[in-house]
Amino acid sequence: MTALIRAENLGKTFGATGGWFGGGSDQVRAVDGVTFDVDAGETLALVGESGCGKSTLGRLLLRLIDPTDGTIRFEGQDVTRLSSAEMRMMRQRMQIIFQDPFGSLSPRRTIGQIIGEPLEIFGLTRGRRARRDRVAELLQQVGLPPAYMDRLPRQFSGGQRQRVGIARAIAVNPAFIVADEPVSALDVSIQAQIINLMQDLQRDAGFSYLFIAHDLAVVRHIADRVAVMYLGRIVEVGPKRLIYDAPQHPYTQALLSAAPEPEVDTVSRRIILKGDVPSPSNIPPGCSFHTRCPIAQEVCRRDRPPLAQVAPGQLAACHFARPNPIPTGNAA
Amino acid sequence: MTPDLLRLTDVTIEFGSPKKPIRVVEGVSFSIGRGESVGLVGESGSGKSVTSLAIMRLIGGRVVQGRIEFEGRNLLDLPASALPEIRGRDIAMIFQEPMSSLNPLMTVGDQIGEALLLHGWRDRTKRRERTIEMLRLVGIPNAEGRLGAYPHQFSGGMRQRVMIAMAVACEPKLLIADEPTTALDVTIQAQVLDLMKTVRRELGMAILLISHDLGVIADVCERVVVMYAGRVVEEADIRTILTRPQHPYTRGLLRSVPRRGHEAERLYQIPGSVPPAGSIRQGCPFRDRCELAVSRCAEEMPPMFRFGPSQSAACWVTAAAEGVTQAGAAA
Repeated sequence: MTALIRAENLGKTFGATGGWFGGGSDQVRAVDGVTFDVDAGETLALVGESGCGKSTLGRLLLRLIDPTDGTIRFEGQDVTRLSSAEMRMMRQRMQIIFQDPFGSLSPRRTIGQIIGEPLEIFGLTRGRRARRDRVAELLQQVGLPPAYMDRLPRQFSGGQRQRVGIARAIAVNPAFIVADEPVSALDVSIQAQIINLMQDLQRDAGFSYLFIAHDLAVVRHIADRVAVMYLGRIVEVGPKRLIYDAPQHPYTQALLSAAPEPEVDTVSRRIILKGDVPSPSNIPPGCSFHTRCPIAQEVCRRDRPPLAQVAPGQLAACHFARPNPIPTGNAA
Repeated sequence: MTPDLLRLTDVTIEFGSPKKPIRVVEGVSFSIGRGESVGLVGESGSGKSVTSLAIMRLIGGRVVQGRIEFEGRNLLDLPASALPEIRGRDIAMIFQEPMSSLNPLMTVGDQIGEALLLHGWRDRTKRRERTIEMLRLVGIPNAEGRLGAYPHQFSGGMRQRVMIAMAVACEPKLLIADEPTTALDVTIQAQVLDLMKTVRRELGMAILLISHDLGVIADVCERVVVMYAGRVVEEADIRTILTRPQHPYTRGLLRSVPRRGHEAERLYQIPGSVPPAGSIRQGCPFRDRCELAVSRCAEEMPPMFRFGPSQSAACWVTAAAEGVTQAGAAA
């Protein structure tokens, strides 16, 4: 498969050196030396806890914020070098779905105006009539009655809002969609509707998702591959089955074991990590996970482990990760 | 059977003006035994939080019907002056966002101390010792050194620990926890759930855990009460709920959660959305989204049918299918 989008050594540092009151540095290294691909038509899930940099990484890929270092190639083209005008046109190919799609949109504009705006910007429809027809078609695609186009955002429930957010994203026929916690705020029964919708649309249109989420059950369902982030770095990445059945990084193992599942007799395998995630403004040296890692040794405090292959397509950044025998059947 | 610690009978709660009331909770009955852990599960608008707040008499709405008995006393009959003594000492509550329940201007030590003082711990030294003991119990490192720290100096998970320390300092008989881990990351959530189980074991208290997440409830609770649109629709021990749910809503809820080993399948989706509060005045509130609904469902609210010694569910169709005719809540 060919990479649709490739990030290389991507990094983002927020904040200036030497704070307002002098003295220490206020820099936050939100994303640090991240390299990965998203293939055409696949769903790569990005998981990790708050502050791990997963949302920042999603925004970097679309250049909604500019990287401090590294490159992003989209369909072979280095988008970090594009002017802002060129980048705007590029966004026809790259879209984003937010957790709260109306958080940044005017409450006074109708659903038709909200979905129609990207059509207008990119000149995809000519004239008001054609635009309304296309909006009606999009509403139908996301499971809303076309008559809703004259309604205002406040008349919609959470699930309906997310459908509108999805309609707006797919309006321009993108090749790549960053979905940042798209179902986190929804009730379980509505969450299933939106996940199914996102999968149906992908099957029909063939775009790729970078699916940013903290819910590991949802990710197991929707992802083809999974990347696990901790303090701005990818600590493990690989095909979903290998990540869930044979995780090699101790953080991935703890994260997966910590997620409560509505099933009987699952509790005993839980690994409980000590302490909190360190602040991204003060990342521990060596392996940044060593302060919480149940198997950390001296070398972990000193040397940062590279992201190295442990199985075909599976990479882990741990001094103690072993080559992974391909699991058979129900290994866990 | 041991007498219940808490028993709700036919509790109905209304908001809005008395002329145009909006019924958000209707005919809710369930009980919690001493030392038992019970989960209250439901989606937004199910009335689960309103019900739990009513137990503490902390809601703006009106309980227009029913009884909430704690150790045999109807809390709804008590004068307001008797409530502070019950809150904290008999029943304590923790919320999703600890910052909104902690005083940002008071040190953590002073806040826990104040709770103790209100409930009769007059001796300052003993109060201090007890505060340290509680902070240690909830796993705050260097508990003694952290007495003088303010809430903002703690992380989200640590704040929730402080809340739990404060809530359990007076050894309440019942701890009500409303979505206590919803705002936390999964590794921190695991720590807090583990802590709740430890505290319950050490202090022998009962827990009412309110959550939208059946996984969280399965982790902590022995029994589950499922609410939908202001009503209890099913009640059973956790194993039965997970393996043999009887209400179509419970079944749908479980099937719509992505589960291990079913990744290739399309997720089951319950069609439609939760009806607005108070909009359904007659019949089963789930009928418009229910695959099994028959005409009777629109006319008459089903009673709780007893499907087994620990299970009851309010559904005409599954009761008939299982040959269950006996109404009445599970034991």
